[in-house]
Amino acid sequence: MLIKGALVVDPAQALEAPMDLLLADGKIALLSPPGAIPGEGRRVVEARGLVLTPGLIDMHVHLREPGEEYKETIETGTRAAARGGFTAVAAMPNTIPVNDTASVSRYIREQAAAAGLARVYPVAAISMGSRGESLSEFGDQKEAGAVAVSDDGKPVMNSMLMRRALEYARTFALPVISHSEDLELRGDGMMHEGRVSLTLGLKGIPAAAEEVMVFRDLTLAGLTGARLHIAHVSTAGSVELIRRAKAAGLKVSAETAPHYFSLTDAAVRGYDTNAKVNPPLRGAADLAAIKEGLRDGALDAIASDHAPHSTLEKDLEFEAAAFGLIGLETSLGLSLKLVHEGVLSLSQLIAKMSLNPARILGLAGHQSLAVGAPADLTLIDLNREWTVDVGKFASKSRNCPFQGWTLKGRAVMTVVGGKVVWEEAVGS
Amino acid sequence: MEFRHKDLLGIADLSAGEIHLILSTAASLKEISRRPIKKVPTLRGKTVVTLFYEPSTRTRMSFEIAAKRLSADTLNLTVAASSAVKGETLADTAHNLEAMQPDLLVIRHYASGAPSYLAGKLRCGVVNAGDGLHEHPTQALLDLLTVQEAKGRLDGLKVAIVGDIAHSRVARSDILAFSKMGSQVTVAGPATMLPPFLSDLGVEVTHSLEEAVAGADVIMMLRLQLERMGQGFISTLREYSRHFGLAPRHLELAKEDAIIMHPGPLNRGVEISPEVADGTHSVILEQVTNGVAVRMAVLYLLIGGEKT
Repeated sequence: MLIKGALVVDPAQALEAPMDLLLADGKIALLSPPGAIPGEGRRVVEARGLVLTPGLIDMHVHLREPGEEYKETIETGTRAAARGGFTAVAAMPNTIPVNDTASVSRYIREQAAAAGLARVYPVAAISMGSRGESLSEFGDQKEAGAVAVSDDGKPVMNSMLMRRALEYARTFALPVISHSEDLELRGDGMMHEGRVSLTLGLKGIPAAAEEVMVFRDLTLAGLTGARLHIAHVSTAGSVELIRRAKAAGLKVSAETAPHYFSLTDAAVRGYDTNAKVNPPLRGAADLAAIKEGLRDGALDAIASDHAPHSTLEKDLEFEAAAFGLIGLETSLGLSLKLVHEGVLSLSQLIAKMSLNPARILGLAGHQSLAVGAPADLTLIDLNREWTVDVGKFASKSRNCPFQGWTLKGRAVMTVVGGKVVWEEAVGS
Repeated sequence: MEFRHKDLLGIADLSAGEIHLILSTAASLKEISRRPIKKVPTLRGKTVVTLFYEPSTRTRMSFEIAAKRLSADTLNLTVAASSAVKGETLADTAHNLEAMQPDLLVIRHYASGAPSYLAGKLRCGVVNAGDGLHEHPTQALLDLLTVQEAKGRLDGLKVAIVGDIAHSRVARSDILAFSKMGSQVTVAGPATMLPPFLSDLGVEVTHSLEEAVAGADVIMMLRLQLERMGQGFISTLREYSRHFGLAPRHLELAKEDAIIMHPGPLNRGVEISPEVADGTHSVILEQVTNGVAVRMAVLYLLIGGEKT
């Protein structure tokens, strides 16, 4: 396949220019100035006016398989990923059973290979059953394809165990992804503690519940020299702590999610359970700080924290509803707003959605459109306006607070290993 | 002025004009309860269902008496006797009740927002009889009626609300209600029981009971939930009572004609001394009487008359 005339944006090569890209045998065969590669005898995609990037990577998703296939399966989740422009995802371990043994990681990879829609990189549990008591087998997990360890969904409350986890992960060159939350301080909080929680009579989760644990884990990263990645950063205070840790030279990275720079706690008004998420949607000052953190590099990556739930968990009174929202199919559209608003350059945004996650997770070869690399790529129409319609989502779940939003820009073709896994009306 | 609501979910949804309408309607309906035959046919043929997921004596009885005095049929579902304990969802329970064609559902629920959740699903009207930490609108309305009767006005008063504001839906509704009617609200309590951002609601915040009651026209004492002690909100009842319990000496700081209110049930000797609760400034029982009148008004305005 020959993709002609697209604006190629490849942060790894500091490339942002119209190019033709030839794919062969699942790899990138040629990358040349427009018109240099003959089109005869192969499919030609006329992509003038579109943007071609390395395949996007969502480094934080919940695919719910094994165990909760009624919410999502690896097949439906990766189909949602492909539609959203993602060629790879990192799957968090809070499945049933928890991914705390190599066989679960192998199962996930087999299911992903069978679906053939996106690469799935398992994240192994830090502790057995994510119970926070004893470490799982990081070495075996790495051999089985796990790219990081995390008890995501829960914090490691025991600071000694977290220290050991960081040290043990260092042994196998695995990053530790911290779900930073002090459970005692969260209590039975259900949304951001602020004026909205006060008026709705919903118990609050203070920003401090996240920040004290971000601070603890940054401190432990300094102590152990391990690679720490802070998941789903939601507060201004966390951004500042991470910024300072980086300035001090710690091996730290961090991600935020589109909902933290698209919505505030005001979205909970009316008790909308689709806006119930943990960490919670924060205040306007936090939202601004998240954008600033993305701009100045305190935050390295954008990941959706795609968390499917069915109506059984969401069509309930607010306090009974589950935390979480789906994001794979809206992540790119919401993130492109940052480019349209001038917060990030296109190249910066693409780095936060491909190159940086690939580097954090050590996904060699999946970060660039260099010749010889696997042909994982995303073709984006920056200016296509579309309306979010959960009824048309590939995900099994519908818990999306962006229903009805008009977004500008979406993936029009997603290619994994040279295979087109998603496309809509592009040139022939 | 017309009352154009299907539901009464909170004071937040009401304008000052609508609150006046409810209060004047309540004032005119109050006389019915003093008749030898305490019944008018206004709501004959209407059915009011009360659905209570939390224990309550006075609110539930008050709604039931109000409905009966207007000749509505009433049906009560309590959580213990219902299928809620069998795992039926709130929405399913409500849909089942609605299938029996009631005109109004009065709900108390431990979850904030449960009444609004149901109101979005049901065709019949929904009245919030207290939801979680959110609102208790009919309590605030009866408080307003009581103050209006005692003071002849609702604007320009200094209202002190004292106690566990954080866990009080009554406090939230009263803050909104008194503020909307032009009074200045001061809240007081230990910092553990005053949630952050209270001052954003336009109230004065203090940790001194003396400061709160100084010059007050209205002093509203909230019930201290005794289980708060074990949860770290206060140390001991003795200390709470010493710092935040209303005693006769506090009345000397307030306006001479200040009134003392309490939504009940009382913890005598904890948040309020017996002398104050039973003293001449207390309008606590008048609140209960007005509760019936206000609920009659709410039922009438929501399902009485020929609405189209």
